[in-house]
Amino acid sequence: MTGDVAVATGDEVRPPQGSEPPAGQAGGGPGERGFTQVLIDAVTRGNSVVVTIAAFVLAIVVGGLIIAFTNTTVLHAWGNLFSAPGKAFAAAWDTASGAYTAMFEGAIVNPHAVSAAFHGGPISAVFNPLSETAVTATPIILSGLGVALAFRAGLFNIGAASQFIGGAMIAGWIGFAVHLPIVLHVVVAVIGGFVGGAAVGGFAGFLKARTGAHEVITTIMLNYVMEYLLIYLLGLTVFRRPGNPNPISPTIAKNAQLPHLFGANLRVNAGFLIALAAAAAVWLMLYRTTTGFQLRTVGSNPRAARSAGMRPERSWIIVMLVAGGLAGLAGASVVQGTNFDLAPLIWGTYNVYAITVALLGRASPVGTVLAGLLFGALRAGGVTMQASTQIPVDIVTVIQALIVLFVAAPPLMRAIFRFRAPRSGGEQLEARGWGG
Amino acid sequence: MGRLTVASPALIAMRRSITVERRVVMGGLLFLLGLVDALVFGYLAPKGHAVFTFTPTGAAVRVPNLSITPRPVDIGLGVVSCVLGGLYAALDMMTVARRIVATVCALALLVSFLCWAGAGRIPLPFVSLLATTVNSSIPLMLGALAGCLCERAGVINVAIEGQLLTGAFGAAVVASAFGSLWLGLVSGAACGVFIALMLGYFAIRYRVDQIVLGIVLDLFAAGITGYLYDAALVPFANRLNSPPTFNALKIPLLGDIPIIGPVLFDSTIFLYITYAVIVLVQVGLFSTRWGLRVRAVGEHPTAADTVGINVLATRWRNVILGGVLAGIGGAYLTIGSVGSFGKTMSSGLGFIALAAMIFGRWNPLGACAAALLFGFMTALSSVLGTIGSPIPSDILLMFPYIATIVAVAGLVGRGRPPKADGQPYEKA
Repeated sequence: MTGDVAVATGDEVRPPQGSEPPAGQAGGGPGERGFTQVLIDAVTRGNSVVVTIAAFVLAIVVGGLIIAFTNTTVLHAWGNLFSAPGKAFAAAWDTASGAYTAMFEGAIVNPHAVSAAFHGGPISAVFNPLSETAVTATPIILSGLGVALAFRAGLFNIGAASQFIGGAMIAGWIGFAVHLPIVLHVVVAVIGGFVGGAAVGGFAGFLKARTGAHEVITTIMLNYVMEYLLIYLLGLTVFRRPGNPNPISPTIAKNAQLPHLFGANLRVNAGFLIALAAAAAVWLMLYRTTTGFQLRTVGSNPRAARSAGMRPERSWIIVMLVAGGLAGLAGASVVQGTNFDLAPLIWGTYNVYAITVALLGRASPVGTVLAGLLFGALRAGGVTMQASTQIPVDIVTVIQALIVLFVAAPPLMRAIFRFRAPRSGGEQLEARGWGG
Repeated sequence: MGRLTVASPALIAMRRSITVERRVVMGGLLFLLGLVDALVFGYLAPKGHAVFTFTPTGAAVRVPNLSITPRPVDIGLGVVSCVLGGLYAALDMMTVARRIVATVCALALLVSFLCWAGAGRIPLPFVSLLATTVNSSIPLMLGALAGCLCERAGVINVAIEGQLLTGAFGAAVVASAFGSLWLGLVSGAACGVFIALMLGYFAIRYRVDQIVLGIVLDLFAAGITGYLYDAALVPFANRLNSPPTFNALKIPLLGDIPIIGPVLFDSTIFLYITYAVIVLVQVGLFSTRWGLRVRAVGEHPTAADTVGINVLATRWRNVILGGVLAGIGGAYLTIGSVGSFGKTMSSGLGFIALAAMIFGRWNPLGACAAALLFGFMTALSSVLGTIGSPIPSDILLMFPYIATIVAVAGLVGRGRPPKADGQPYEKA
């Protein structure tokens, strides 16, 4: 756990110098100070992990207030504040805590399922919430890694949706139109997913490198282009499920489906392992290859990189190819792991998830995985919450936005939580204009 | 990049040489477009005439319909385009001449495309095409102007999308609850300001990265309006989400002019507000003391501070003004057109507005022209859908987005953002 902390504190989006402490070494932090001192400093001065936790708590509180004060029962109780003041507060508390309890039961563990398991109920029900969290987190982590990697090269990749669609399209097509033996089929389809995403991402990188078109605009526009392209393709006979009037593709072959990890009752599948492996690969690429060093340099200072003989244009294309490929893997993981076919709206809200987890994870692979798990849990819990309490799942989006907003403004967090000023440097994202 | 200029500034402004490579690429592209006009749209055009009507129902003056036989016209236009492309590549023309050539070629492509698409089909209502263009551009223009105001003062505003969405939400709810359109309009603007205040608070006060901030605010706006929609607007749809809409206001005399009257002078109050705002922002930014100060703050805040301009206050003021404009643009989406609010109904318009502002080189007029171009693409896809186009509607719907990519990819040259755009200012 300390290893994670060291990584998260050492890794900022745009490091001032190119030598971060490598992950997995707890000594990457202060060096001469003892562990207790480090811990006290972390809490009183608010290092990035503590700031993230504080931001999470603050967002949960604000979200709870929104839940409570948009509920008619609560508003009614507050209308009678002076006749029954206790009731007003109790109603607000009950509504908000009920929502969060349902969320927790849907994302981590449901006590009822546990007690049922002791009385002969299914064991898988106990682990179902965690399985759902992992399943939901898989595409979020993968697409988030794509955004995080691009951040490292100084690019804002807002095109996770388009790259996701590119990957899902190819992986899905290989899944239902091509016939291959077991194992090979899954592998080929996943690789196809990577290639599909890489093509879309690489195109944005190419435009940036060759024409200087700002990637924020081109990637956003590509999202819409790819959405309409997918809908268009689903209307063609090549992509259409025979005998079905809806725009939906045939189900992919059994051979192309990602295998379940813990039996058929839990949805968690090999996609989760792909996500973890991809995070490791991104880490290796960033910190153990020349390409990674170059792209980090380009990200922190393109001019310095250029005068050192590096070519930022080359880094931009490479990084967008890989970033697109990662988002493409996210698409493949959804098509091959949970949905098993292509349909409109398959891109969901992974675009904003990808950006928010990359920001929350401070663009580090480990941070992105952790943030992806957190948002996967929020989302999985949010779905359960909507089903059991009728509170709209969109509140999760609000909470996510608030978390990232608070994390992006450490001075605000210091003001609210009375953290002292940091010892050196700052954990703030370095602001930068359109120039890139 | 690497432009060699050895002439006097006046001459540079008049004649900005471009590299031979760029000239050849661009000329070749125009030549190719000419081939597309002649071969694809001309040679392969289906039999029958393409008919364009210019008289909407109930117009005072009748304008005769225009009937075109596609093949000769398209081939002719294609030849013109090819010749101009060749000239573009061969000669080192003046900037003005290059622009005229590019515009003529683009128009040739458009006309030949319309002839091809309309050949042998029901008449294409040209006036309603233009009217749809102008009206669907209203939120884009207001959003782009909001972007201009913010970025000229040095604050990047990627939250236009969120401002449009909250503006649409606030206008629909208030107009529906109180039955007052004007109150709806004001609260739409107020909701835009609400997001603007968050933008200012985090960008100016806490110096958060502004692109990141804008994206997060868009997410926040989508989340909060989506949540409130499900929590309040769906169960109380009659009370909270059935607003009235503004009626079209026809300006006397001007509204009766053939063709341009119905397009420019027969619309809701939103279009007239937009006219006023375009003039105010353009004149304000470039011909007043206020505008000079704003631009100074956006270009070189330290220098502006030195001569006594309050940098932070200027930025705050412009961010809030931008919020008002984008909020009104959002209000158009509900009480100006369809009425009730729908989840994520801004559907990327804010981002297109942002692209329009960049395409328009951070100039109010340029940004509005770009917004109209995107609006035209949207209108074209909907009109072609109704007359039964040979191109599938999903492909037509891609038009505005592809046009944006082509536009920012620099076929029309690169703009330069204000120098301190996105840089937080801290008094030394």
